[in-house]
Amino acid sequence: MNAVIIPAILLILAGFAYQIGLRASVRAASAAPTVSMHSRPSYHGWLAVLRAAVPAVVVYLIWYLFGGGIVDSMVLAQIPAANLPESVLAQDALMQRIFNLSTGFGVAGEAQAWESSAAAHMAMLYGYGRTITFALMATVAALGLFFSWRKTTPATRARNKVEKFITTAMLACSAVAILTTLGIVLSMLGEAIKFFSFVNPLDFFFGTTWNPRFVTVGTEGQAGFGMVPLLAGTMMIALIAMLVATPLGLLTAIFTSEYASDRVRAIVKPLVEVLAGIPTIVYGFFALVTVGPFLTDLGAFFGLDIRATSALTAGLVMGIMIIPFVSSLSDDIITQVPRAMRDGSLALGGTKSETIIKIVVPAALPGIVGALLLAVSRAIGETMIVVLAAGNAPVLTANPFEAVSTVTVSIVNQLTGDQDFSSPQSLVAFALGLTLFAMTLVLNVIALVVVRRYREQYE
Amino acid sequence: MNNASTAKSGVDGFASNEARTQHIASTLKRRRNKEFRFRMMGILAVCFSIGLVGILFGTILAKGIPSFWQATFVLDVEFSPEIVKIDPKPVQEAGESPAEYEKRVNDWANRLNFINFNRLLLNSVAKVLPETEENRRAVLEMFASATRFDLRNLVIDDPSIVGKTVKLDLLASANVDVWLKGNIDRSLPDAQQQLSADARKWSDQLYEMGVIQNKFSTSLFVNADSRSSPASAGLAGAFVGSLMMMIVVILLAVPIGVAAAVYLEEFAPQNKFTDFIEVNINNLAAVPSIVFGLLGASVFIIMLNLPLSAPIVGGLVLTLMTLPTVIIATRASLKAIPPSIREGALALGASRVQAVTDHVLPLARPGILTATIIGVAQALGETAPLLLIGMSAFVANIPSTPFDPSTALPVQIYLWNGNELRNFFEGRTSAVIIILLALMLTLNSLAIWLRKKFEIRW
Repeated sequence: MNAVIIPAILLILAGFAYQIGLRASVRAASAAPTVSMHSRPSYHGWLAVLRAAVPAVVVYLIWYLFGGGIVDSMVLAQIPAANLPESVLAQDALMQRIFNLSTGFGVAGEAQAWESSAAAHMAMLYGYGRTITFALMATVAALGLFFSWRKTTPATRARNKVEKFITTAMLACSAVAILTTLGIVLSMLGEAIKFFSFVNPLDFFFGTTWNPRFVTVGTEGQAGFGMVPLLAGTMMIALIAMLVATPLGLLTAIFTSEYASDRVRAIVKPLVEVLAGIPTIVYGFFALVTVGPFLTDLGAFFGLDIRATSALTAGLVMGIMIIPFVSSLSDDIITQVPRAMRDGSLALGGTKSETIIKIVVPAALPGIVGALLLAVSRAIGETMIVVLAAGNAPVLTANPFEAVSTVTVSIVNQLTGDQDFSSPQSLVAFALGLTLFAMTLVLNVIALVVVRRYREQYE
Repeated sequence: MNNASTAKSGVDGFASNEARTQHIASTLKRRRNKEFRFRMMGILAVCFSIGLVGILFGTILAKGIPSFWQATFVLDVEFSPEIVKIDPKPVQEAGESPAEYEKRVNDWANRLNFINFNRLLLNSVAKVLPETEENRRAVLEMFASATRFDLRNLVIDDPSIVGKTVKLDLLASANVDVWLKGNIDRSLPDAQQQLSADARKWSDQLYEMGVIQNKFSTSLFVNADSRSSPASAGLAGAFVGSLMMMIVVILLAVPIGVAAAVYLEEFAPQNKFTDFIEVNINNLAAVPSIVFGLLGASVFIIMLNLPLSAPIVGGLVLTLMTLPTVIIATRASLKAIPPSIREGALALGASRVQAVTDHVLPLARPGILTATIIGVAQALGETAPLLLIGMSAFVANIPSTPFDPSTALPVQIYLWNGNELRNFFEGRTSAVIIILLALMLTLNSLAIWLRKKFEIRW
């Protein structure tokens, strides 16, 4: 309910404030007809909106962020010590129970008398809190409006103030990227550290058995959290994917940038890029339903035993997915090789293919390597194809016809079960995620540096 | 001089001009062949890639299109008063509050649940195929198990239907659908067949008689997922869930992304801090999507206690994921606008903010729109992060607010793909894929069209 009413009230307030600011500026202008206004009326309007709404929103945010905690501690202080559980977790559960009682949500079992009274106390405190918050919001908004109405003069630098606010807000928006990165690192680090308090990091990074399901904490068998098999599976699939995507992607890029006429290029490029727009779950389904059985039949024809869900299936399909990625990046880089280098080779009598193989590709090589590194990082982080098509068998094997498991598959498996979020079985997902993040980060940074270095060469 | 050098077996190692010409002529063929082969390899690679697109689309269309049509009974159902014994629907009395009235209506509807609607089905099938009287279970096996609720709802909607005979379209069960479409090996022994021998025989007979027809499946579009009655499982819940997430993404990612891009491109001073922001954005664009799922699980679910499986959480996660895309693409379109536009505005006395809001942004609007569409399309197809925030839970309702449990189109593919009734759900999964791909292609071609239409060469 609050989610609709509060923005609505704020919107109405903003409209009202805009009018106040506008009128104040008109009044100021007519009061001093000989002086010209510093800012246009609409800026005065917007300034009034900011002065009224920003403090009100800040007051609401403070209540939203800290109100619950304050009420909780006040209620907790009222509960008789005899009924107060020792552990923090049990206290949290109790507070949740009281909260449910106070909102009339209903709880399991019979509510005891002291619980009911605590709930009533809580409801009352929330009521007071809300009333005080709304009263405060109204007061600060009214003060802001009053200030705008009284202090608007021709010299008021409304435009500069509004613009200052806009640029600050924009800066805050760009900082979201930093916050996201920070959020990723901190949240995963926090959960991963919890995990490493259960399991020795050495066992995790160098252990060769992955079987977290049957491991209970505190018992002997903590060897079930070794990620080496997952890493090996990830690498194998990424390797197969690159073996498919590199030649196909590179040749496609060379063809479209060097050989194809403009018309052919205009048709071929978007068609290949369709592959990039297909959701990966669709590739996974395609692998499972079409490619897997096809490979099994093909293997049977040659007397090979290929499983339908195997590293080969997942790798092949992932390779298809990466083709447009390789081709469009390499295409960019190849077209950046200056015309003069090609002309030189052609003038000396080289054929087109000789020019490409001996001049263009070597000149573009660092950039292409960067593009391939980016593709590898994408292959390592890809999830849905491997979830559906790799077979999920976390064993060390060098046979691509066998089922394997990957880091991403294990993350999905560990977090989609019915485990408690604080059990090591769930926490291990964050340790895996952190490893994955670190791996792709290193690859991405190297790739970006290589691509950028290379681009600057010819600019 | 020239003569002398050629005579002394020349700089390039040939005894004479003729020898050189001869050598070139002999290698020329080889080189031309090589050229031809290389060119062919390029063409083959392109054909192979495009062929893969074709195979992918071909197999999915071949599997999915038949699923848009479902085996449906077209039956005359007699709502005979002997079976449907029900008092008239209660009428609101004077002085009765709406709540009391609603309670009485609910009571009345609950009493309807005790009526044996299956009897109606048995009777109407027996009318066209009298021998079905012998094996009632086999008859009921042929109907989707939600059918009796459909009949009940008909009575609730219009109680005057009792006593009439109505021609109705009723969904056949998933097993009948699979059997009639031939998606199951008909020669399998009895023990391995899902349907009993009678049901199989009668399905074929009824199909020939035209009582079972292959009709366009509206339930696929209007129903939510269903476990008890697979034939009436639909994707409306997933569609609404996806739609809500897209709205969250558009409402959050676009303003934040555009503001960030404008700041970095137009206002940011060149210093360490803005450099750091830039590196961050480029890096986030390449972070695996599942990592964003982990972020969502630990920050939104564990720390902020937001509900599991809710579109609002999914939307937030996808917003964080698409932000870099929107920012990078918006910056590219801002970069393409020549400085003269800004300088012109500044020269006339506009402030830098005014130059941006009144001149640069309107000109960059097509580029921003394209960036938005590409970002939304990317978010629409994403599955992995949604699995980690619980959106793979089974949900049988269409969500009405973003805080209700829900699933999404790509997740529905994942769920149906893992369903035990593989024969039936493989087609259904392909049908959702077709819808999802159609949405993606529409969005992507819209982006291309917009770019073409508003392309300005300065």
